[in-house]
Amino acid sequence: MILELAQVELHKRSGSGCVQNDGFCPDWIAHNLDRYVDPFLQQVVLVLVSVATGFVIATALALMAHRRRWLVGPIIGVTGVLYTIPSLAAFFLLQPITGRGKPTAIIALVAYTLLIIFRNVTTGLRGVPAGARDAGRGLGFTDNQLLWKVEVPLALPEIMAGLRIASTTTVGLATLAFFAGAGGMGERFVGSQIVFKSNVVVAGALCVLLAVALDLVILGVQRLLTPWTRAGAA
Amino acid sequence: MRTTLAFLGDFGGAVDFIFHKRESYAGGTTIGGTELLSLMWAHLKLSAVAVAAAIATAVPLGLWLGHIRRFSFLAISVSNVGRAVPTLALLAFFAAYLGLGFTNVAFALTLLAVPPILTNSYVGVYQVDRETVDAARGVGMSGQQIVRHVELPLALPTIAGGVRTSAVNVIATATIAPLAGADSLGFPILNAQIYGPEGQIGASIVVAVLAVTADVLLGLVQRAVTPRGVRLEAGDGSRRALALSRKRGVEAT
Repeated sequence: MILELAQVELHKRSGSGCVQNDGFCPDWIAHNLDRYVDPFLQQVVLVLVSVATGFVIATALALMAHRRRWLVGPIIGVTGVLYTIPSLAAFFLLQPITGRGKPTAIIALVAYTLLIIFRNVTTGLRGVPAGARDAGRGLGFTDNQLLWKVEVPLALPEIMAGLRIASTTTVGLATLAFFAGAGGMGERFVGSQIVFKSNVVVAGALCVLLAVALDLVILGVQRLLTPWTRAGAA
Repeated sequence: MRTTLAFLGDFGGAVDFIFHKRESYAGGTTIGGTELLSLMWAHLKLSAVAVAAAIATAVPLGLWLGHIRRFSFLAISVSNVGRAVPTLALLAFFAAYLGLGFTNVAFALTLLAVPPILTNSYVGVYQVDRETVDAARGVGMSGQQIVRHVELPLALPTIAGGVRTSAVNVIATATIAPLAGADSLGFPILNAQIYGPEGQIGASIVVAVLAVTADVLLGLVQRAVTPRGVRLEAGDGSRRALALSRKRGVEAT
């Protein structure tokens, strides 16, 4: 209860001189952590939805191109251009078509992940040793069985590496989703004064923490999915 | 112009903004047309300073670390850490602790540009075939000569890939530079009350074209610095596309 009252009092940046001087103020931070909850959750949702969608699309493209190698060049060309367009520009270029809001931000973020994930899935599938493929064929696997039982599992480390790069990068870009009207942590950087040290430190640390946490989660999933890599290392 | 572009809707207005001056929404100043040129110049200057500073520091360091084949953890994890820090947070951090303005923004962008170049320089040298280096030593080359005549040329495509990644990143991030007090093409995007939607979209088009152009040009540089023997080895088209796209990103994870 006391905490809540204090929050109301300190919510406006009027209180101590530290806050007025845009300083690093532990007291202010302790009392204002709730300001970061909603933007943080919005950021998490943006990142998870974008990376998951990007993963599905890019993996589908990679599987399609796996048996049709001529597709690899054009797909890398197109996703490469999408990857290159600055996300802030992408948000505004999409606005006449999709308006302001989460869908616009997510489309731009998904577009950004495609190259990274496609590239890693394709490289992973190609790195499968010919011997493993031959063994699969020897067991009488069809193309499809070979893909799901031999090639995809062996490509998993590379695929997950792509997913990790995509998720950390998306955490960073999602801070700009605020400009597309989609909320997220960017709101905290840009909505208040950009030079307020307390805010910069807390918001920045939360973004980095989110990136690291996602990275560790994906790494954990990878270890669960590829128990044989650990057996080899031990 | 206006009538022919009408079917493009908001994009027509944006294209018109790129090519024609008009009075600002807030009144007083002239915006659009040639005004964008000066913003583009500011954008390029900021990006070029940052990338040049990053090359000057990260390439020698990466070459040296790769040559002595040590500190791989440092050279590679710097990229992973760099990726985890949002560009907006980096910019805000510099603005808050060092102040606003061109120099500090350029410094922040340099920090952003260093990791891919450092990692790629390191990996580029590290992955040079050991037998090639032994052969160079065998014909009596000194350590310095090996770096300059063997390791550097063979690492150049990878280094160029790192520079390409960094340059595109920096050009993209320079868009938010006005938040920290440095002019760039992001100014119309971030100041809707002066520029209106056509200014926002117009500047977005210019930034996107700028980034894609830089990417294509640096891709050509990357090809040009690839030794002919390595290029011949690259094989079929899809493999080459894949290899080039990997060199452009950060090589190792």
